[in-house]
Amino acid sequence: MKARVHVMLKNGVLDPQGEAVRHALGNLGFDGVSGVRQGKVIELDLADGTSEDTITDMCEKLLANTVIESYRVELL
Amino acid sequence: MRAAVIVFPGSNCDRDMAVALRAAGADVSMVWHKDSDLPEGVDLVAVPGGFSFGDYLRCGAIAAQSPICKAVVAHAERGGYVLGVCNGFQVLTESGLLPGALMRNAELKFVCKTLDLKVETSTSGFTEGYNAGDVVAFPVAHHDGNYTADPETLQRLEADDRVAFRYVQNPNGSVADIAGILSANRRVLGMMPHPERAVDMGHGGTDGQALFRGLIGQLANA
Repeated sequence: MKARVHVMLKNGVLDPQGEAVRHALGNLGFDGVSGVRQGKVIELDLADGTSEDTITDMCEKLLANTVIESYRVELL
Repeated sequence: MRAAVIVFPGSNCDRDMAVALRAAGADVSMVWHKDSDLPEGVDLVAVPGGFSFGDYLRCGAIAAQSPICKAVVAHAERGGYVLGVCNGFQVLTESGLLPGALMRNAELKFVCKTLDLKVETSTSGFTEGYNAGDVVAFPVAHHDGNYTADPETLQRLEADDRVAFRYVQNPNGSVADIAGILSANRRVLGMMPHPERAVDMGHGGTDGQALFRGLIGQLANA
């Protein structure tokens, strides 16, 4: 089985990289981009039957830093 | 006084840290990240700067899960002293020994220069060699030194006098100009600037000596 973990900075946490990307899009002539948030996607190849709780545990312990990041698990 | 300097793949300030500790009188051993125990009788663990594990995932995140880090956390929980500098500070926040997190610098630039810091408290083994209000010059060299924490944590840090150093001119967007913080028991210090790079006139300044001498003096008498 596979799972995909989406990690994003929490709302309210300033994302300077997203902001730089937003500026660059404006420089390329893409108007109307009012915000960019940059995160990461982590794909996991897992033993069949791995519980969602186990994946959540992986997120809490390593994949996301919950001080500044939120995560969402997508089972594929 | 015995000190251990942790070495991760990608550490690059480990030897500077060992030199600074030895110059201040410590008996220093280097400890590899795969070791699961600290040498017996270690009083102080230093987690050095660098780019442990290539900063993969997040700065310090992989290092914080290494076997030796479990021993470092246990050492801190027993009341042992831990100093984390730069990447070491990131490792300490990732391991939960210090609150908050270090994010990409607000200007997105790697900052590499000597900066003035204000010593905010002399009430700790690390800072008793200074007076609160002293201004010291330490080099900084980091891309991810933008300290952040939730409002409750910040309030607690301020109320408990746990901000050890503040930038005079904020180089990275750190909240409240925070450059270094102490744990609740004041025996764990994490800081982005490099005191170990300011202990010899060849470094251009010796403001870091008081940190190492004060700490080692205190531990030697303990």
